[in-house]
Amino acid sequence: MTKWRKPDEVPFLRLEGVVKRFGDFAAVDGVSLDIYRKELFCLLGGSGCGKTTLLRMLAGFEQPTAGRIYLDGADITEAPPYERPINMMFQSYALFPHMSVESNVAFGLKQDGVARVEIRRRVAEALELVQLGPLAKRRPHQLSGGQRQRVALARCLVKRPKLLLLDEPLAALDKKLREHTQFELMNIQEEVGITFIVVTHDQEEAMSLSTRIAVMDRGQIAQVGTPTEIYEYPKSRFTANFIGSINFFDGKVARSEEGELTVTVPDLGRDLHVRSTRQLAIGSDVSVAVRPEKIVISRDPLDLPNSVRGKVRDLGYLGSVSVYRVELENGALIKVSAANTRHSAEREVDWDDEVYLGWRATSAVVLTE
Amino acid sequence: MRRRNWFLFSALCFGFAFLYGPILSLIVYSFNESRLVTVWSGFSTRWYGELFRDPQIIDAALLSLRIAAVNATFAVALGTLAGLAVARFGRFRGRTLFTGMIAAPLVMPEVITGLSLLLLFVTLEAAVGWPSGRGVTTITIAHITFSMAYVAVIVQSRLSTMDASVEEAALDLGARPWKVFLVITLPIIAPALVAGWLLAFTLSLDDLVIASFVSGPGASTLPMVVFSKVRLGVSPDVNALATIIVGVVTLAVIVSGWLMIRSERRRERDVQAALADRS
Repeated sequence: MTKWRKPDEVPFLRLEGVVKRFGDFAAVDGVSLDIYRKELFCLLGGSGCGKTTLLRMLAGFEQPTAGRIYLDGADITEAPPYERPINMMFQSYALFPHMSVESNVAFGLKQDGVARVEIRRRVAEALELVQLGPLAKRRPHQLSGGQRQRVALARCLVKRPKLLLLDEPLAALDKKLREHTQFELMNIQEEVGITFIVVTHDQEEAMSLSTRIAVMDRGQIAQVGTPTEIYEYPKSRFTANFIGSINFFDGKVARSEEGELTVTVPDLGRDLHVRSTRQLAIGSDVSVAVRPEKIVISRDPLDLPNSVRGKVRDLGYLGSVSVYRVELENGALIKVSAANTRHSAEREVDWDDEVYLGWRATSAVVLTE
Repeated sequence: MRRRNWFLFSALCFGFAFLYGPILSLIVYSFNESRLVTVWSGFSTRWYGELFRDPQIIDAALLSLRIAAVNATFAVALGTLAGLAVARFGRFRGRTLFTGMIAAPLVMPEVITGLSLLLLFVTLEAAVGWPSGRGVTTITIAHITFSMAYVAVIVQSRLSTMDASVEEAALDLGARPWKVFLVITLPIIAPALVAGWLLAFTLSLDDLVIASFVSGPGASTLPMVVFSKVRLGVSPDVNALATIIVGVVTLAVIVSGWLMIRSERRRERDVQAALADRS
């Protein structure tokens, strides 16, 4: 099992109630987090959620208003950036424009007073790792975006930091290159065994890169978990909505037995069944959330515990999948996505068709927030 | 269509004539044989020889160059610090006042700057005995006070367009703040410093009003000497001097333009090459 699941594993980086205020505005509002060795941890959130401020506090560019930060047992809350065993890869890469690739990478080692022979060896090694050996003598403006990004990465890795912070590492690359670089990043992380913390606003990037994700909202952590946990068991409407798309049905708990809840949804005029281990009082307000791809769409009645009827209002053909917007009898719109297993000419469901939607009790989650 | 072209063309000619006609006639008459500036009597380089034999002019020119160089150097040092304070230290107490005061010398009438500096120097001498009398020192100080404002503005605008994360990256990689300034910030803003130095140099070389206020006996800059000579009637050797200055300035502009075009072309080539072999 993965390390961060072991109960006795000591956290490598620990944030305790970290707060950062700018005047009256709390950019980071009481964040506590444990991150373990060799994790590739993602801070995910929209703009202004405080993820970048949190990263800058880890790097030492901002001082927390309250709270402590511990790295590998040592309190680093007040340490200046040049004394932390942490390096950061900036979104703009922040390469030194007046230095060659080689000097850029060597800069950090020079500051540490590493012997010249050693510097040369380690710089060559780092450039080899990111496959930039032949371009060592170039200046940053003579490089393409992808190459610059790799120089920035090598410049951090060559110092062998305990922790590497990456601020939107892929945002400046075009889509094709981004996919490729993403896997490269993961391979490099595995190879060097350094703990990575990545800040991103791109949920797909976070899902495919990371061991765990912290979803942030208005300076606070909404949820921490593995990509699967976050996607399959969102704890709040915010997380559920932020990662992927989802349908909500608001109702009240009618029955709770043997790990299955029955929720009455007045809008729908019927009960929904959800598998859940949560103990909820009868009559409490809840939302039942179902992902579009978990819903089966069919023209024939479905033999599933949850089933509703509706009419196809919208159909978006995305190549591999189609996205339907189905209007229920009460007027609510439900998003459904289905893999296009047949040629589009033989499509089973089309515009304005009367359809049945159904899903299993395990496919939905109950949200109270 | 044709009429409009003619109009534009004549406007262009007139504009150029207006700007460069006087300078051209000055250059032509600097090669005049005659002592009378307005009467052409034949080609000669006699006034150039005369100019170099005139110790007053040579001394004044050397003095002006010296003051300009010292002034430019100090102005760059102080102006850079001021620009850095405005661009980098975020909000500090009295920042708005400080910013406004940096810009004030740019808009202050020279007469007022000169007069107030003169009063300052006189009061200082009476109070602490320094600067004793007025001369080269007071002119240099006066020039520094107004040219550092120009340097501060140039440095500040360069710093505000510079990506601050480059400095943060250097800090992050283990360089201490003063080292970041020396190894990263300074080299990156070096072109702005050179531009500021040249501007401060030119401003000092050019200044007549402030220098006249704060100068004392025995310290006459080139503009002061030329101005006093012209008051007694325009003499042909002043024409020769002006021609030399115009020549030097033209040469400097051409050389710097050529250097700029060359580096721009090289940059473009590099970018093309980088795009061509991107991987």
